[in-house]
Amino acid sequence: MSEIEKGQVMTANRLRDGEVVFLTRAGIWSEKIDDAVLALEPQAKAALEARAAEDVKKTLVTGHYLFDAERINGRIRANHFRERVRTLGPSVRPDLGKQANGTAGGFAVFKD
Amino acid sequence: MYRYDEFDHQFVKERTEQFRDQAARRLSGVMSEDEFRPLRLMNGLYLQLHAYMLRVAIPYGTLSSRQMRQLGMIADKYDKGYGHFTTRQNIQYNWIKLEDAGDILQALADVEMHAIQTSGNCIRNVTTDHWAGAAADEIADPRPVGELIRQWSSLHPEFSFLPRKFKIAITGAPHDRAAVKVHDIGLRMHRNGKGEAGWEVMVGGGQGRTPMIAVTVRDFLPEKELIPYLEAIMRVYNLYGRRDNKYKARIKILVHEIGAEKFRSEVEAEYARHPLQSTQVEERELQRISAYFATPKFEKLSRFAPAFEDAKRADAAFARWAKNNLAAHRQDGYAIVNISLKAPGEIPGDATGVQMRVMADLAERYSHDELRISHAQNVVLPHVRLNDVHAIWKKLSEHGLAAANYGLAGDIIACPGLDYCSLATARSIPIAQAISRRFADARREQDIGNIKINISGCINACGHHHVGHIGILGLDKAGEEYYQITLGGSSSENAAIGTILGPGFAYEDVPEVIEKIIDTYLRIRIAGEEFLTTYRRTGAKPFKEALYAAA
Repeated sequence: MSEIEKGQVMTANRLRDGEVVFLTRAGIWSEKIDDAVLALEPQAKAALEARAAEDVKKTLVTGHYLFDAERINGRIRANHFRERVRTLGPSVRPDLGKQANGTAGGFAVFKD
Repeated sequence: MYRYDEFDHQFVKERTEQFRDQAARRLSGVMSEDEFRPLRLMNGLYLQLHAYMLRVAIPYGTLSSRQMRQLGMIADKYDKGYGHFTTRQNIQYNWIKLEDAGDILQALADVEMHAIQTSGNCIRNVTTDHWAGAAADEIADPRPVGELIRQWSSLHPEFSFLPRKFKIAITGAPHDRAAVKVHDIGLRMHRNGKGEAGWEVMVGGGQGRTPMIAVTVRDFLPEKELIPYLEAIMRVYNLYGRRDNKYKARIKILVHEIGAEKFRSEVEAEYARHPLQSTQVEERELQRISAYFATPKFEKLSRFAPAFEDAKRADAAFARWAKNNLAAHRQDGYAIVNISLKAPGEIPGDATGVQMRVMADLAERYSHDELRISHAQNVVLPHVRLNDVHAIWKKLSEHGLAAANYGLAGDIIACPGLDYCSLATARSIPIAQAISRRFADARREQDIGNIKINISGCINACGHHHVGHIGILGLDKAGEEYYQITLGGSSSENAAIGTILGPGFAYEDVPEVIEKIIDTYLRIRIAGEEFLTTYRRTGAKPFKEALYAAA
C-alpha cells in the first residue's frame, strides 16, 4: 500500500474558453489534475489562494476555489464526484472533454 | 412566423454589439467577473462544469428552417457538433468559448434570434403549446399573444430586476400541452357564453424546491386587457415579492403566503388604478402581429390519404411510428409530425448539427418552413400532408431520428444534470438512457402506453420531475448519487404535483425500480387504463408494496 496524502487542489475555469484548469507547483494553470499541487498545509493553501486571486486579476482564470483531494500512487483524485466530472468530461460523452483529449484525471468519476 | 421589424433588428444588433464590447473588456481585464457576470447572464451565457454554456431563446418554440440550419451551423462551428433542446423550448450549447460569444450572437442575429432574457431575474422566454396553430383541438393560435408578451417584456425597464426569474406559459387549446399551471403565470384561452375568446389567468404555479399549482386570479379576461392586467400582476409581485431570500422570492411563495384571495384583491386594486393605460393592446397592433401567424395555405385534401394508408400496410415499423408520433391536425389530409429526440440509449433533447439540418430541410420541403421545439425536448413538423409522411419517416430513419416512442416510456424529459450543470447534485442523462434502453422493446413499450417519466439532477427541477407521472430527482447523499421517486404528477389541465413514494435509491438501482413500478401498474391496471389513471385510482400503496415490502 502506498501512502495516501490528503490535501486541497486549486481549480478555476480559464477565462477565455472556460476550460477547467488546476494550479501547479510552478504556478501555472494546467488542464490536467495530475499536474496540480496538492496543498497539505494551511500556508500552502493560502499561497494557492493568493496566486489564484492574482491570476483572476490578470484575467487568466475565473471562479477559483479549493477542493478536497488525495494523492494516490502519484496521481490526484478529487474527493467529490462533482470535481471528478470536471477532471474528465461528461460521463455520457466519453468522446468529449478531457477524457477524449489526453488531459483526463487518473480516476473514474463514480467507480474506482 | 413573426419577422423582425426595423425596431427588432436595430435592438438585437445593438445588444449584440454591446455584448461583443463587454466580452472584449472582460477579456482585456477592464471589467471584473463581478461586473461582467450579470451582463453575460443577461445574454444567456453561463459558466458550467466544463465550459461556458449559451442558452438561445426560441420564442414560443417556433423556428423557421433557416433558423434551425443556423443553429446547426453554430453547433458545428462553435460547439462540438451538437446542441441540447431544453424544457423551456430553448437550445443550449455546452462548449462555448467566451472569445467566440460575440460572433455567435451575431450569427443568431443574422437569422432574427438572440439569447436575451434566457437568464436573470426578468421575464423569460414565453413558452406555449408545441402544436400551436396546428392542433385539431385548438380554439386559437396562442402565438400572436406570445409574441405580444415577448415584445412587451423584452427589456421592460420596470420588470428587468424582479425579485426572481419569471416564466409565462400560454395555451390556446383545452388540452394543456404547455404546462401552464406550473408557471409563474399561466394563460389559457377559452370562450365565454357569448362565444367570445378570452383568457383564464393563473398565477403562482411553479416547480423547483417548492412545487405549486397556480391559482386562477381571473377566469375570463378580454384579450385587449391582457397586457395591462399582466402589468398589474407584475407590479404586485415586484412590490411584495421577497428579495431577502432567494428561495422565497418566486411569485408562488407570495401567492401562497398572503393567500390567493388577498393576492387577487391586490392585483385587482392595482389594475383598477390604471384601467385604460397606454399599454392596452390596440386591435390594429394585435392584427398586425397575428398576420405573421396566418394559417398556411393548406390544400383541400381528403381525410383519407391512400398513399399513407398503403405505406402503413406495407411497413410495420412505419405503421408503429405513425401510430405514436403523429397527432391530429386541424386540416383534413394533414398531420402533425413529432420527431422524438429520445432514441433508446440516446441523450434526451440532444441533436447534432447534421440532424438539425435534416430537420430543417424536411420542414422547408414538407411543413411550410416551420419547426417547433416542445417542452418535452422533441422537435415538431407542424403542417405535413399525410401523403408526405412516409417520405419524411424514411429520411428521419437515415439520421437516427425515427424513434417511435413519442409519449411512451422512452420519451423521457431529462435535464443536463451533473454531466454538464454546475448546479446539479446528481446525473440525470445516464438514468434516462438506462430506462429508455430497458423499455426499448416495441411491443412492451406499446403495451405500457402513455406515460411521462421526468428526471431532474437537482432540486431546481429543470427536468420537471414534480409533474412526471413518474418523477425522478437526483440528490447527493453523503457524497453518493441518490434518487427520490415521486408518482402521480401531471402537467396537463389536470395538473398535480407528484408524491414522494418513500426512501430513495442508489444510482445503479433506479432502472430496476422504475421497471418494478411499471410492472406493478401492468399487473393492477384495469383494461384501457393509462398509468396515471391507475395511480389515481389505487394511490401509492401497491407501488410501495412492490418496492419496499421485502425491506
